[in-house]
Amino acid sequence: MTTLWFILVAGMLSVYVVLDGFDLGAGVIHLFAAQTDAERRLILRTIGPVWDGNEVWLIAAGGTLFFAFPMLYASGFSGFYLPLIIVLWLLMGRGVAIELRSHLKNPVWSSFWDGVFFLASALLAIFFGAALANVVRGVPLGRNGYFFEPLWTNFDPRSPQPGILDWYTILIGLLACAALTMHGATYVAGKTAGPVNERARRIVFRAWLATVGLTVLGTIATFWIRHSLLTRFGDQPWGLIFPLAALGGLALAGHANARGRERTAFLASSLFLLGLLAATAFSLYPDVLPGIVSANSLTIHNAAAGDYGLKVGLVWWIIGMILAATYSIITYRLFRGRVGMQEGRPS
Amino acid sequence: MDDATIASRIQFAFTLTYHYLFPQLTMSLALMLVIFKTLYLWKGDDRYNIAAQFWAKIFAITFVVGVVTGIPMEFQFGTNWARFSAATGAIIAQTLAMEGAFAFFLESAFLGILLFGERSFGPRVHWLSAVLVWLGTWASGGFIIATNAWMQHPVGYTIQPDGKFALHDYWAVLFNSWIVPEYLHAIGGSVITGSFVLAGLGAYYLLIRRQEEYGKMFCTIGVVVGFIAAALQLFPSGDLEGRQVADHQPAKLAAMEGLFHSESGAGIAILGQPDTTNQRLDNPLIVPKVLSFLTYRNWKARVTGLDSIPRNQWPDNIPFVYFVYHIMVGLGTIFITIMALALLLLWRRRLFESRWMLWLLMLAAPFPFIANSAGWITAEMGRQPWLVYGLQRTVSGTSTMVSAGNVLFTLMGFAGIYLMLGLLYVVLVVQEATRGPHAVESSPDLAEGLTGY
Repeated sequence: MTTLWFILVAGMLSVYVVLDGFDLGAGVIHLFAAQTDAERRLILRTIGPVWDGNEVWLIAAGGTLFFAFPMLYASGFSGFYLPLIIVLWLLMGRGVAIELRSHLKNPVWSSFWDGVFFLASALLAIFFGAALANVVRGVPLGRNGYFFEPLWTNFDPRSPQPGILDWYTILIGLLACAALTMHGATYVAGKTAGPVNERARRIVFRAWLATVGLTVLGTIATFWIRHSLLTRFGDQPWGLIFPLAALGGLALAGHANARGRERTAFLASSLFLLGLLAATAFSLYPDVLPGIVSANSLTIHNAAAGDYGLKVGLVWWIIGMILAATYSIITYRLFRGRVGMQEGRPS
Repeated sequence: MDDATIASRIQFAFTLTYHYLFPQLTMSLALMLVIFKTLYLWKGDDRYNIAAQFWAKIFAITFVVGVVTGIPMEFQFGTNWARFSAATGAIIAQTLAMEGAFAFFLESAFLGILLFGERSFGPRVHWLSAVLVWLGTWASGGFIIATNAWMQHPVGYTIQPDGKFALHDYWAVLFNSWIVPEYLHAIGGSVITGSFVLAGLGAYYLLIRRQEEYGKMFCTIGVVVGFIAAALQLFPSGDLEGRQVADHQPAKLAAMEGLFHSESGAGIAILGQPDTTNQRLDNPLIVPKVLSFLTYRNWKARVTGLDSIPRNQWPDNIPFVYFVYHIMVGLGTIFITIMALALLLLWRRRLFESRWMLWLLMLAAPFPFIANSAGWITAEMGRQPWLVYGLQRTVSGTSTMVSAGNVLFTLMGFAGIYLMLGLLYVVLVVQEATRGPHAVESSPDLAEGLTGY
């Protein structure tokens, strides 16, 4: 049961990254791929009907994490207190920027919100990457299962008192930003035509280069920080399917973008993200939050809720996910196709 | 109580009260949208659809502020109340997660269609989208109420050796007897907010003699729905709420009513200031025996006063609970009166010319926000000193690793951001309201008109 919920929660978080990841990527690129007000509004229309539903995956994943692994939720959220609250503020900025931008027809107003949209999206991508890196690196958990990290200490990831930001977590944060920029650009390219599409595809290429470089660096750094990951893949080589899928996705994304096959590029980019996240989850298991002192780590055994609750939750969860998938399919199908310059509907 | 605990309490109270200003409007506007779309399909009058599109614009702005201020609430259990979360998460997070899984996906998916899809997908799909958004928002309210209901009246649990709560009976939690009265009363409060906003804006249009056809439409619907909602809020939902508090939370009832001394045939205090030191109400105006009757249906029933309850189980701020409760009830009574008068005038076809009544409706519009907030503050401040009633104290639920300095930093950050967000919200909604439905009528592109982009 606890292993199943580990997979389900990791799965929900991964779906969030793939979906809201392209909203964040769209936010990062929109100052560059869109030069005029009409083009900016075009990019907003590509994500307009779906961004809020995508963000719901974060809430749903968070809630599921809470009931399945209450100790992880409590320890992780209080331990990562400041960056979490800052992430909440950034989410506020992003959401408000999207929805309120066009309510006043004033160039200063729209430029301001364009800036907020960009900054909030980029910082969110970096923070999410850094958050994941913190989990991989390990946190200073005490015997009581709690910890607290300041924003930074000495930037050394091998310190017994690390901060949220050190050179490793910043590196992974930059990787996340590059990857989500690429991902968002493939989405925007697939949903637009004309100059915005061309610029988006150029951005895909550049972001792809950055992602490749940072993935290599990030992977080396990760194995250097946690040797145990190497032995994990050695002991259970079937787990290599995840990083291999990720690399395959990354390669295909670059190739498909060069060939003008934007939908394929988007799906390949999604595969890259899913593969990376699955590989991370695989290498973490059965830890859910590794401790620097490994005896204090939170695992699926000591952080999970009781069996009855997990079983009962599975029933409504399955129903809920079927419904959520249905709504998503309906929404994405209804709004399929490229967005035209003048109208809200597919052209 | 240490500084970090006080700061965390203030932060949660502030962010939650502020957040709820928005969903209380969107839950009722969602209902109004269904009413307008139904009237449009039924009567074929385009103006109902224009009205729906107009209110959908206000709904969209309100909804996004509700969403972004709501996200911190889910995370704040973990950030500031870690011990509470670790202890109760196996239970309360079931209903919280269900809110995400069922209500949020539903409302956001169909809101996209509601705001973007009218021209593409036809009037029936659009009507259905409005219905599903409405159901999503009301379901969301239901799951939150279920979560709070467990904190007020814990059921279906066992306590483990490590002190944490384990889920023992899922259905007991889902059908907690506390839920129905609390839900009916909370939803009723929300419908009152929406009705007063509708009627208030309608009254404004009539007073400035512009877009008067819409003024009449909004006043009519607002007054009819508003009267029904305000009346039902007193009875049965307010009555059910009061009686369940009396049965299970006597300390809260005593604080609400300022009942320092247990009494048979207890009277109800209409006004009077609580003096906790001397255990009495100053200059009280008391109607004898009514409190006993209202709570137990017996003029002679014994109502438990604070003196029968150990001091360490008293809510920590008796006068505050007393005042917010009286604000809520006072305003609720005023709402019934205003809507009853307006409904009478409407029935006599004199409402639209009664300028004094229109002024009253317009000026009354902000007050349901106060009443709803006062009601929730009564419920939560009255719940003190408990986090889980009778089982876990507030002081035992905090995040021990988060210092007061960190909490103050985030509290001030929230306060500043919310202040700016509030100003933005008011500016944009006032702009939409003054432009009115006529701006929607003449908007060239439907999707652009509703969302702007």
